[in-house]
Amino acid sequence: MTNPGMTTVEVNGFPCRVWRKGRGAKLGFLAGLGGLPRWIPFLDKLAEQRELIVPSLPGFPGATGHAVLDSHLDWVLAVRHLLTEAGLAGADIAGSSVGASFAAEVAAIWPETARRLALIAPLGLFDEREPTTDPWAQRAKDVPALMCADPANWEKLKEAPAGANSIEWPIEQARANEAAARAFWPLGNTGLAKRLPLIQVPTLLLWGAKDQILPRSYAGRFAEKISGKTEIRVIDDAGHLAELDQPDAVAAAILDWTR
Amino acid sequence: MKLLWFHLMPYTELPEDFREKHPSIWVDVHSSLFDPKRAHLMYNDFMDELEFAAECGFDAVCVNEHHSNGYGLMPSPNLIATALARRTTDTAICVMGNSLALYNPPTRVAEEFAMIDVISGGRLIAGFPVGTPMDTCYAYGQNPSMLRERYREAHDLVLRAWTERDTFAFNGRFNQQRYVNVWPRPVQQPHPPIWIPGGGSVETWQWCAEMDYVYSYLSYYGYKAGRATVDGFWKEMARLGKDRNPYRAGFLQFVGVAESREEAMKLYAEPAEYFYARCLHVGAKYATPPGYSSEATQRAGIQSQVAQAAGAAAPPRYQDKFQQLAQEMADLVERGYVIIGSPDEVADQLKEVATSLNVGHLMLLLQFGNMSKDLTRYNTKLFAEKVMPQLKGLFSEWEDRWWPQPMESTLRAAVPAFQPQAGAAVD
Repeated sequence: MTNPGMTTVEVNGFPCRVWRKGRGAKLGFLAGLGGLPRWIPFLDKLAEQRELIVPSLPGFPGATGHAVLDSHLDWVLAVRHLLTEAGLAGADIAGSSVGASFAAEVAAIWPETARRLALIAPLGLFDEREPTTDPWAQRAKDVPALMCADPANWEKLKEAPAGANSIEWPIEQARANEAAARAFWPLGNTGLAKRLPLIQVPTLLLWGAKDQILPRSYAGRFAEKISGKTEIRVIDDAGHLAELDQPDAVAAAILDWTR
Repeated sequence: MKLLWFHLMPYTELPEDFREKHPSIWVDVHSSLFDPKRAHLMYNDFMDELEFAAECGFDAVCVNEHHSNGYGLMPSPNLIATALARRTTDTAICVMGNSLALYNPPTRVAEEFAMIDVISGGRLIAGFPVGTPMDTCYAYGQNPSMLRERYREAHDLVLRAWTERDTFAFNGRFNQQRYVNVWPRPVQQPHPPIWIPGGGSVETWQWCAEMDYVYSYLSYYGYKAGRATVDGFWKEMARLGKDRNPYRAGFLQFVGVAESREEAMKLYAEPAEYFYARCLHVGAKYATPPGYSSEATQRAGIQSQVAQAAGAAAPPRYQDKFQQLAQEMADLVERGYVIIGSPDEVADQLKEVATSLNVGHLMLLLQFGNMSKDLTRYNTKLFAEKVMPQLKGLFSEWEDRWWPQPMESTLRAAVPAFQPQAGAAVD
């Protein structure tokens, strides 16, 4: 595993980290709850076949600037700007959770932004008959098992690496949590349901069979509303952040869909 | 010094196994535990108790705001404050307070507080808390990442609404109003004294200093646990070049007075244990909504944990507090959560608290947990007769610039006692 290249782009005057690795047609990835405090095996799998570009959303590890985003319009414009600056306009876009929701927004509002979409358990909808789990009213010890089928996969993502600043590392993880809450508090319902019909591009919906945050039926709600061709694939032994539990299977599905 | 009588209005009939059977007293406390007909009696008892405290000569009666909370039955303290304004004459009415970011538009707070100030003839103390995570982010669904900015902006709006003479447009980041023009206007000019109930954040202390507001540390953990915070406040005041006027600060303390310490232990053990074991049984998952604490406060918290691990004394972290609590009376007294004793013993302890913390506004919880009305009256009366005289003279060398300035008594309306039979006779 070699390190990715890293650049920084500015969004609203705040730096956002962009990782790049691999060769081939461009593929973007926007991370989910918790963001990417470190490079993960899943990204290597994608980079084996594509030029993978991974921009950090405002407030997520590697980026700041969430605190100036007051409305959902502010957020969507920031993500669109980030994708463009990272060189992803018109590319295939994959995303997970938070990132998948914003990928869907951008593809709906600016149809030329994405060639194809691959969404892993996107946030953005709420149905009170089948409520989602509140990720922000949890004891710290319960979070790993909510995020991943194997809690150790979340713990590995969040564990401070040797030499990390013992104060700034936990602050960065808390900031990621705040940024997600800023955009999706309190229910995760951003009104995305109204905009899904604007998505014309082929969209793959990936869902961890053991997602503890979003009921699996939500995949069907997305598929029903999106105008473009859709397909739902359930990933066995995977939780909400399926890419952490099953990096090979999730990467293979994305690569297959965006071939 | 000033002695303020504070009521939380706890539901007094939570089951004995509440802690075992129920996840939290706050946010998702179950409706089956609430009996409106019993609560009718509780509210009326509580309001009687507040009025009794006023009669006994306390400087102020205090009420506060909580939501979806089994130990705080005042979603709207303003309703109680208004009723108190009609049943008391010279006692200050301290609403501690209205969580500004929860009101849309926040002008509502400017209006209701002005109403209380006018009805009471200028006796209002206006408290502006940010509000707890449970109240604001969970029960009221406010976004924790924006709460503090919304709070500050709402404060600016309320202050302008009270002080500007002409109708104005408010063009805020979160609030826009074309026509802001509050009727009624407050009696107290330029506005009622503003007190800020807060935790231990440096930003809050600096803001209180800048605005010349009272900082009030409302903790249920008594003077021993509160010392580090209050000392931090005074250190920051000194750094900012502010004087040590004790009336810049307020502090909350549970107190139980009896003829002797033994008697007090006997009388107050049950209500104290009820409060600390049942009322403070708060689901830990509701303690830390992301963004509620600023990054500066988080950094200070992590640093203090590091210090704590190294053996230095530090107050418990917010999310740990509810878990670390003592629940048995001996422990509650030992830790200073509850001060008990004979009148002289209590007076000595409170003198020590007031002078060592340098706090001129002492907010007393003389009713707590499931304390009966009789015991509450006993505690209140004994305190007023035997403890209060020993404390009143403290800090007499300082001026309390943060106390209400009511209308002259000769100009104030006479509030008649309620006489239903007299009314019926007229009909």
